[in-house]
Amino acid sequence: MTTVTTNTPVACPGCLATPSEAVPVVVPDARLMLSLPTIHCQACIAKVEKALNAYPGIKNARVNLTLKRAVIDADPEINAPELVTLLSSEGFEAHELDPGALNDTATNMAGRDLLMRLAVAGFASMNVMLLSVAVWSGATDATRDLFHWISAAIAIPAVAFSAQPFFRNAWAALRAGRLNMDVPITLAILLALATSLWETWLSGHHAYFDAALTLTFFLLAGRWLDARARSAARSAAEELTALEVPRAWRLGADGASEVPVATLRVNDLVQVRPGARAPVDGIVTEGRSEVDRAMLTGETLPEARGVGDVISAGEINLTGPLTLRASAVGPDTSLQRMAALVAVAESGRSRYTSLADRAAKLYAPGVHVISALAFLGWLIWSGDMRVSLNIAAAVLIITCPCALGLAVPAVTTAASGRLFGKGLLIKNATALERLAEVDTVIFDKTGTLTTGKPHLSNWDRLTAKQRSVAYALAKGSSHPLSRAVAARATAERCEPALLTDITEKPGWGTEAQLDGQTVRLGRPDWLEMIPDGDGICAGLDMGDGVCRLLTFEDDARGGASETIEALKKLKVSVILLSGDRACVVSDFAFKLGVPEWHASMLPNEKAEFVDALSRDGRRVLMVGDGLNDTAALATAHVSISPAQALDAARAASDMVLLGQDLSPVAEAIVVARQSTRRIKENFRIATIYNVIAVPLAVAGMATPLIAALAMSTSSITVSLNALRVRERK
Amino acid sequence: MNVLAYLIPISLILGGLGLVGFLYTLKARQYDDPEGDSRRILSDTWDDHPKP
Repeated sequence: MTTVTTNTPVACPGCLATPSEAVPVVVPDARLMLSLPTIHCQACIAKVEKALNAYPGIKNARVNLTLKRAVIDADPEINAPELVTLLSSEGFEAHELDPGALNDTATNMAGRDLLMRLAVAGFASMNVMLLSVAVWSGATDATRDLFHWISAAIAIPAVAFSAQPFFRNAWAALRAGRLNMDVPITLAILLALATSLWETWLSGHHAYFDAALTLTFFLLAGRWLDARARSAARSAAEELTALEVPRAWRLGADGASEVPVATLRVNDLVQVRPGARAPVDGIVTEGRSEVDRAMLTGETLPEARGVGDVISAGEINLTGPLTLRASAVGPDTSLQRMAALVAVAESGRSRYTSLADRAAKLYAPGVHVISALAFLGWLIWSGDMRVSLNIAAAVLIITCPCALGLAVPAVTTAASGRLFGKGLLIKNATALERLAEVDTVIFDKTGTLTTGKPHLSNWDRLTAKQRSVAYALAKGSSHPLSRAVAARATAERCEPALLTDITEKPGWGTEAQLDGQTVRLGRPDWLEMIPDGDGICAGLDMGDGVCRLLTFEDDARGGASETIEALKKLKVSVILLSGDRACVVSDFAFKLGVPEWHASMLPNEKAEFVDALSRDGRRVLMVGDGLNDTAALATAHVSISPAQALDAARAASDMVLLGQDLSPVAEAIVVARQSTRRIKENFRIATIYNVIAVPLAVAGMATPLIAALAMSTSSITVSLNALRVRERK
Repeated sequence: MNVLAYLIPISLILGGLGLVGFLYTLKARQYDDPEGDSRRILSDTWDDHPKP
């Protein structure tokens, strides 16, 4: 029943290695993937699978609820958009995913590999423990030796297989001349096996086969938790990228054809339809329209563009169709160059060392020194090589970082699971720790604190007739202000006036005939009037030459004011930075209760502002969505961007906000502080346990029974402590 | 003590069977969608006859 995911390879193995622009994005091997963000129950799974499997040409469809995704094997002529329409008629929101951008086989393989080793280690440690308990409870002489030999026969192959990840990491570190956590682990495991084997050979009393195996088991459990948390974040981040299937309309000799963006060349003629995003930098050769540059500049109001004007990749064409002659494509577009700059800025941040790394740096040399001293001390005092080596092994086993190796992954897994449930995705491993140190939060305005969709604010001042005319005119256009008028009118159940000859003048507005008079809705300067305010506005001409002003306001995103309240309660200072004009920003800041704001900021000014704060010793959390924020996002100590943000902005940030609501931002800081506290607590627990156990081991009193008890208790204690992050305070 | 000669191999074989079973389910990718599988139990589509 699970053969769906195994029978067809995802693209070809070579595709993974080649750079993405060389890979044609045409539907590969007729395997389609759809993202289904709204499914949540058995009924949804059954309905989606039934609808898809009944569709002619589909061989097999299976829904994965964990990833909220459907994998479909179909005939090559089936394409994703028709399946999206099919599912939306069934009542499910669906988006096409680009299978080329989803690299989950590699991620899954790593997780499955660790799980397999974990299973082998678990099986072997249980059996060996069974034999060890018999020895501890009094088996002697030949029986004890037999049990030890059987233990050895199980433990040696099991360790050789299960502990490979540690061996490999330790070897890599040693070759590079460094010490990491895996070096003491490997040494402890190998020394435990070697001395136990020696003891068994000489029919000694103590053997540590069970310790070597449980050590491997607990540490692999930590590794697996770590891998699982990371792969969840990575697959979700990949999915966000895969959501944008990059296609463009190229004008050739035989008309327009849909091609992958990667195949566009300089001087190609590209058609950009209303509502689409410009795929390349270019010069308009035909058409007139308005473009939404909010993602790039933070400006809410669209700008007019005509023949000869320049358009950059990423700008959204709003009203009329445009034809561009491409002047820069692919990595040369201003959008991609910006993203590349961000990647450089990001490498500076990777210098942050996590708590676990700092602990490991102290820990690894520490245990080696103690163990070596114990060995030397006993060798000088007793002169017995066998006893000294036994004690050195006992010290290494008992100090081994079960708590350390398990403490951090357990806490971060619990914390990122809790935040994922709230709609916040953690991309970077050290993001939680950096977030816990934050004392300043900087928000971008357009698209972050606001929805970026304006709404009509002076509707009540219009007469009934004006309302119906405005509604009828607005219905004909996809301009954001028109849509705002139409939305308001629909909400108020307004009837549209009967207009004839409705035409859209791209870049200006809409006009139509009403009882022989021309009525118009559009830019105020088109209606020969100068707006008195600075806000976003449009004009309405009822055919009498008098222009009435419609004013608009940008809505605050859901949970914005609550988030700012909550942040103030956390003693974090809140700053608003925007590329928009001062009057708009100040009104908005006052409404939300943000004490400090700065308007008309250029992208580099934003980044410099963040940089200046960091130099003052402030730890800044930057929340932003546009290209104008990317530099600031990369400069800040830690950063969050919404899922609707530009690809470059999402790539630059450490966390991604999946939903529309902003409130997870404040919650994230609380959880981050909590989990850092838990990690430090866990280190303290591990230290206390070492302070008690190490002297016992050095004194030669650590029998295998004591070692097993101490190791298990400390591991279980730190895991339980980590689980406390899950519950609500 | 002779009984150990039977019991130890038996316990190892039984445990080994469990391990092989686990590895089989892992290879068959039965842990790819834990959430979906826990809901699929509620489906009555294949209750009366096995899936073809």
